[in-house]
Amino acid sequence: MAARLPGLGAVVAAPLVLLARAVDPPLRWWQRVAGQGGMAAVFLLPNLAIFGVFVLVPLALNLVYSTTAGTGILLGGRSFVGAAQYARLLECGDYLDALTCREDMFWTATANTFVFVVFQVTTMVAVATITALILNREIRGRGFFRAVFFFPVLLSPVVVGLIWRWILQRQGLLNLIMVSLGLDPEVWLNDRTYAFAATIGVSVWAHMGFYTLILLAGLQAIPKDLYEAAEMDGTPPARVFRRITLPLLGPNLAVVLVLALIRGVQIFDEVYVLTGGGPGTSTLYLTQYIYEVGFASVLRNPGLAAAASILMGLVLVVLTLCQLRLSRRGAARDAK
Amino acid sequence: MGTMVTGTMVRGRGWLLAAALAGLGPAAWAQEATELRMMWYSDGIEGEVMADLLARFEAENPGIDVVLDNVAYQVIQEQLPIQLASGQGPDVARVTNLKEQAEHWLDLRPHLEDPAYWEENFGDRLDWMRPDGSDAIPGFLTQLTLVGGFANKTLFDQAGVAIPGPDATWDEWVEASRQVAEDQGLPAAFAIDRSGHRISGPIASYGGNYIGADGMPAPIDDGTMAFVTRLVEWTEAGLQLPDTWVSAAGTTYRSGADDFINAQIPFLYSGSWQVANLSTKIGDAFDWVAIGSPCGPEGCSGLAGGAALVGIKYTEHPEEVARLMAFLAREEIVKEFSERTLFLPAHAGLVAGGGLAFRSEDPNVPPALDRFVEASGETVAMADALPAWKWANAYYGVLVTRISQAMAGEITLEQARELMDRDIADAVANAGQ
Amino acid sequence: MSRALAFLTRRRGHGGRWHWTDVVTWVWLLGGTVLMFGPALWLVASSFKGPAQLAEFPPTLLPYAQIAVPVAGHDAPLPLYEVTGPDGTTRQLAEIRRIGTNAQMVDPAEPGTRLDVDIAARRPVREVGLALDNYVRPLVANDFLRFLWNSVFVTVTATLITLLTNSMAAFALSKYRFRGRDAVMLLIVATLMVPLSVILVPLYSVVNATGLVDTLWGVILPTVATPTGVFLLRQYMLTIPDELLEAARMDHASEWQIYWRIVLPLAAPALAVLAIFSVVWRWNDFLWPLIVLSRRETYTLQVGLNTYAGELNVQWHYILAMTVVTMIPVVLVFVFLQRFITTGIAGAGIK
Repeated sequence: MAARLPGLGAVVAAPLVLLARAVDPPLRWWQRVAGQGGMAAVFLLPNLAIFGVFVLVPLALNLVYSTTAGTGILLGGRSFVGAAQYARLLECGDYLDALTCREDMFWTATANTFVFVVFQVTTMVAVATITALILNREIRGRGFFRAVFFFPVLLSPVVVGLIWRWILQRQGLLNLIMVSLGLDPEVWLNDRTYAFAATIGVSVWAHMGFYTLILLAGLQAIPKDLYEAAEMDGTPPARVFRRITLPLLGPNLAVVLVLALIRGVQIFDEVYVLTGGGPGTSTLYLTQYIYEVGFASVLRNPGLAAAASILMGLVLVVLTLCQLRLSRRGAARDAK
Repeated sequence: MGTMVTGTMVRGRGWLLAAALAGLGPAAWAQEATELRMMWYSDGIEGEVMADLLARFEAENPGIDVVLDNVAYQVIQEQLPIQLASGQGPDVARVTNLKEQAEHWLDLRPHLEDPAYWEENFGDRLDWMRPDGSDAIPGFLTQLTLVGGFANKTLFDQAGVAIPGPDATWDEWVEASRQVAEDQGLPAAFAIDRSGHRISGPIASYGGNYIGADGMPAPIDDGTMAFVTRLVEWTEAGLQLPDTWVSAAGTTYRSGADDFINAQIPFLYSGSWQVANLSTKIGDAFDWVAIGSPCGPEGCSGLAGGAALVGIKYTEHPEEVARLMAFLAREEIVKEFSERTLFLPAHAGLVAGGGLAFRSEDPNVPPALDRFVEASGETVAMADALPAWKWANAYYGVLVTRISQAMAGEITLEQARELMDRDIADAVANAGQ
Repeated sequence: MSRALAFLTRRRGHGGRWHWTDVVTWVWLLGGTVLMFGPALWLVASSFKGPAQLAEFPPTLLPYAQIAVPVAGHDAPLPLYEVTGPDGTTRQLAEIRRIGTNAQMVDPAEPGTRLDVDIAARRPVREVGLALDNYVRPLVANDFLRFLWNSVFVTVTATLITLLTNSMAAFALSKYRFRGRDAVMLLIVATLMVPLSVILVPLYSVVNATGLVDTLWGVILPTVATPTGVFLLRQYMLTIPDELLEAARMDHASEWQIYWRIVLPLAAPALAVLAIFSVVWRWNDFLWPLIVLSRRETYTLQVGLNTYAGELNVQWHYILAMTVVTMIPVVLVFVFLQRFITTGIAGAGIK
């Protein structure tokens, strides 16, 4: 691989190659001693060590936080209350009416997030797939167009929210365009439906480049001769897509689906800047709720926020597992 | 050594020089100095002014090296509390949540040469930043703020509507603004910043009271509801610009200033800190005036507030911190700081003596600042008590959250009242645990 | 023009006729370019606007500044306006001062005569003008080179560690069968579920306990074990045929060599994707560095530019300008790395 990197790449890669050569002999010895299973451990170790300290331990601590109450920031100054925070979150007169719940904002946010994710993930996957397919064609200026669609990913979420706020606000760019076209201006962000659609549109705008790139890498990995063979057989494009592209893209689509779902549920910064959760609470999503309860207010309730985040995580785990299982079954069926 | 040298770059001038010094390596020079860290956030140019003042302090005190760590306000709100809870933090910080975090501030009293000077000039507001019943001197307000209104005089003139007089009520102000908006084809009559702090002065004017007899939060009272009801009705009627309050959830802060700056609303209710901002952004586009606060049945109250510079208890150099604070609290330094930043000073001697020459060429600025100074004497008792009340911010947050929902039509005013009471009770219960 | 059009519309062709997919392709690409690039270009244009113009309604596409003309008898140049007279004619006048709703104006050609004009009848005459101050001031006032170096260090180090540790873990998880493999995978996927913004406090406690607060390593280490990277690489490595590995084992390649010489090159497209993302993420990381770094010698660019976000006022003109500055390096990295995605597996010799 190093040999194929030109110029600067070779310079960066040279010490890495040397390093890789140097670790081979000791690892060979270890392989003899410990066998293949031992090698698996070696490969996993660095990642799991860092992961354990900086991801698992904080998550475990978060679990502990969720069983405490008080305004104290450090665990030492908090009192244990068992499952009381969970009970408070889950206490509801009628689960379909958030206002009957003990924590009405939590349920409002949950319902909003659910609807948001359904629409956003569908749109995201569709748009990213179409874009990847198009960018995978042999067209003029492919590199340029790739950069174009990837560009918003480079922007920080706060800036994304801000740009679109300036576009969509009462006297923003969009209304300027509407007026110059002779249409009536609209206060987009004061309207529940438009504001909701805006959060979906803006998050797709900002992140689709990410998923497009993953899918594009997957498309590039499909051997070209499969397509050539199909073309020689005169197979119609739709059929080629269904029988070759889709199955071989399967693992990448699964990645995209899972990641889009997870990040959809966790949507925060750009929406926070764009709509601030409004109008009313119509675009208040879960992470904003958790953030406000846990950090933003002075009399914070970190225990309640932690409990809410764990409930959110649990739902996500279940959803992800279902999705992975489905995509695996789908892949198995397509392979037949 | 490396970090110390980079520390000197902070003043914002000559990092090249500092880098050259690092190359020469005058290690002895760097080791002698005691390094103090000041965490500072800026809304405008005050960071640059502070850097200048610190350079002067360092020239006077060669043994002390002050590093100004400019941070986002978010750091002050979210990171500093975690640091403080872990017994860490900078040596000095500019903060706004003064009362809730009072236990972490350093008592400068034993280290000050002249505590009486502090009592005399900053005494009124020391209670805002020390635990109840303590006589500590934790620091001083770098900026006193007062909530109040601004009117676009040019719009009023163009519409031929007289600007309501000093005793005009909220109803009269909204009505006058409505006439202006209608005549000039504006989207709304007025806007109040989306913040519980902003509406608490007017609520006090309507006889509202948050503070129970035992010092704990009282249930939402009829006075509070009187103003809240008006506010919701004005918003539903399209008189208040819905963009600030309705189009956000939770405690998100939104200012109506941009709409005022663009002459979209003739009347803005915000506060004294806007003066510099308005002056920069409006320029000569129109004339604007500060109007103090419109009146309710009980008075014409705004609400004071501000940011303070405080020493942090966990510093290793309390003596040096006190020396720095004493320098920055000097009358002529406070005067210069206020004149350059267009902030209202919180120094009693300076205010009483007059003679502040705010450095602005904008003819709208001096009368506006004078009006705010005058209005600071018009606050009612509840408004005066709030800055030193531990639960104030909790109460503000609850008000904003629920009032916005009522404005958006998600809940009725009755429901809002119940929910506000419940939220406050929850906050109190959680804090008690 | 027509040649340019022919060039642009050229397509992989079956005899020059347009297939419906070609139409879709170009509509999508051109529409996408406007939609994706438009707001971003507008951001760049806005970064050259002064604070007053940024807040202006309705916004303008380009940064403008009002023209000021020198008028005899006045020291400073006076701002120029276009004034519509009562008869509908327009003329350009310079404004001396505004009093209430009336403006005192003067024709630059005859400086002796003062005119009284209703301000509703005048409109500023403006030309494109860049507020370069937005760029100059923060660059001069801040320790910009130091911030830049910190950002580069964090980005490069974190990306290298990410690529190495994540690809090793992904290799183990995709190509070995061992007890607990599914459990490890599940654990990794599960930790994707809780966003950073929610576990800030526990994470800070950990970083604090390990003594990494206010160091760049405190920013780097918590981010490198990204579950996303492991997940992405593993899914990609699953598509690499096991036969290749078996063949290498027959040739007495060690497991490490198999990883380094076979799997890594074959995973190049996925590695390039991860590298691009890692660079973008680490470069744009904001919330976490903001929490860990509070001493300015450790600031990264993102933390540095956010010092312009105050309590009651945010100085957007500086933030936008610095955003544009910080965007440039990642754009370059993307242009450089995206080529590796196109090389792909097909070209790397599995057939």
